[in-house]
Amino acid sequence: MREELLAIVERNSRIDLKELAVILGVEEIDVVNELAALEAEGIICGYHTMIDWEKTSIEKVSALIEVRVTPQRGQGFDKIAERIYKYPEVNSVYLISGGYDLLVTLEGKSLKQISGFVSDKLSTLDSVLSTATHFILKKYKDHGTILTKKYEDTREKVTP
Amino acid sequence: MRNPLADKVVEIKPSGIRKFFDIVSEMKDAISLGVGEPDFDTPWHIRDEGIYSLEKGRTFYTSNSGLKELKEEICHYTKRKQGVTYDPDHEVLVTVGGSEAIDIGLRAMLNPGEEVLIPQPSYVSYEPCTVLAGGVPVIIELKGENEFRLTAQELEDAITDKTKVLILPFPNNPTGAIMERKDLEEIAEVIRRHDLFVISDEIYAELTYKEKHVSIVEIEGMQERTILINGFSKAFAMTGWRLGYACGPKEIVEQMTKIHQFAIMCAPTTSQYAAVEALRNGDDDVQEMRMAYNQRRRYLMNAFREMGLECFEPFGAFYVFPCIKEFGMTSEEFANRFLEEEKVAVVPGTAFGNCGEGYLRISYAYSLDNLKIAIGKLAAFVERLRTAK
Repeated sequence: MREELLAIVERNSRIDLKELAVILGVEEIDVVNELAALEAEGIICGYHTMIDWEKTSIEKVSALIEVRVTPQRGQGFDKIAERIYKYPEVNSVYLISGGYDLLVTLEGKSLKQISGFVSDKLSTLDSVLSTATHFILKKYKDHGTILTKKYEDTREKVTP
Repeated sequence: MRNPLADKVVEIKPSGIRKFFDIVSEMKDAISLGVGEPDFDTPWHIRDEGIYSLEKGRTFYTSNSGLKELKEEICHYTKRKQGVTYDPDHEVLVTVGGSEAIDIGLRAMLNPGEEVLIPQPSYVSYEPCTVLAGGVPVIIELKGENEFRLTAQELEDAITDKTKVLILPFPNNPTGAIMERKDLEEIAEVIRRHDLFVISDEIYAELTYKEKHVSIVEIEGMQERTILINGFSKAFAMTGWRLGYACGPKEIVEQMTKIHQFAIMCAPTTSQYAAVEALRNGDDDVQEMRMAYNQRRRYLMNAFREMGLECFEPFGAFYVFPCIKEFGMTSEEFANRFLEEEKVAVVPGTAFGNCGEGYLRISYAYSLDNLKIAIGKLAAFVERLRTAK
């Protein structure tokens, strides 16, 4: 049940527990226990809401920043990654294989705020060799959800 | 001017579902639970392969029986799923949907007056196709108390000295019934004893929610007397691509291929290239869709239990077949009133044979959110009927 449960709540964390039990074909108490276990094990780390900010009047700017760093002796990339992810404006930090080392995603109120963060905070860190900032112009799909188009049922209404 | 029409065709009743379709399509805001095809789009990698084949200019006929590559993949797939071996060169025919395979299978096998056993409720085309092929349809009325499975006794009782072919439509549309290995072994004994042939329509084979689907061809002595029909519509959500296939003994498939060659030429080339991709890399998609269907199936069964609506638990396809006999209405009356009063379309069981009387086909090829709204309306409707009584 674990894999199926995770697949469902990853898509819809607001699903009613009773309904979850029904569609999984188990008792509600089992769902409650399994969710508690998943949270305790740190497998479920949060329940977030997907928001398409573009449809609001609130200004948000997001960027992807490629960061090249010098790994530190004995600590590899972890130490520098930690220094970066501690900034609250940083959304995610990934260690990446290939042409650069860390991919940092960032959300801010304006272009200026983000470039300020990159020039003042990020690139001044000792182990950071270089950064390349990419501003996101439009989100087509995020977290498996298509943002630009609504599902439309185009099937014939009744078919054998 | 003389009558331009063939009596045989004129005498065929139009599909009962058509009538209902006309009513529903006039109601703009109706919610439908009447669809017999998946709600999922064809997985993108399969569509992409179709597009790619067009870009590469693969826009010509294939060989009559289908692309060699595809026939080989069909044989691998059938080996993998059912554990039986077919020869891609002589025992496989790629058709325009499973429907064409049913039609030409019957045409290849029937002489005038030979009888075809058709268990009902079942898909709408078996009876007219039998008639058009010159055969005589003999209906076996399946029963709710047997969970709409075909029993050896029911089969035995319907056999005459003219019986030639049994149509085996499992997993079943509209009931969702399946036949498990022991059920198949029991009827196989009767089939062998009476020297019958089987057209096994297994288009929903990938959509079972108990054990893995068992095909009649897995039962001893049955492969040599069975045409196994399957296709891409339900398993891979590819209804519009119109692609199916038949596997069977060389001597039958050869004759089917002849009809196909003259009537159709070959199945759509683009679809065939896409289908190769489906069989090679589509298992995960099927698994994901099966999981979603199963969740909806459980949701519906629970909803029926809560509203006290009688329904056997179906383990196949994407339909449930609840019983509405307690309301003292025909299936058609129920469906019409439900549509009028709640604007939800379900298909009366009688669209799939007279013995579907007292039942409704509800499709769960809809998102859970859609189902929830529709089922809420069904609960309200049922409640109202009960208080009125």
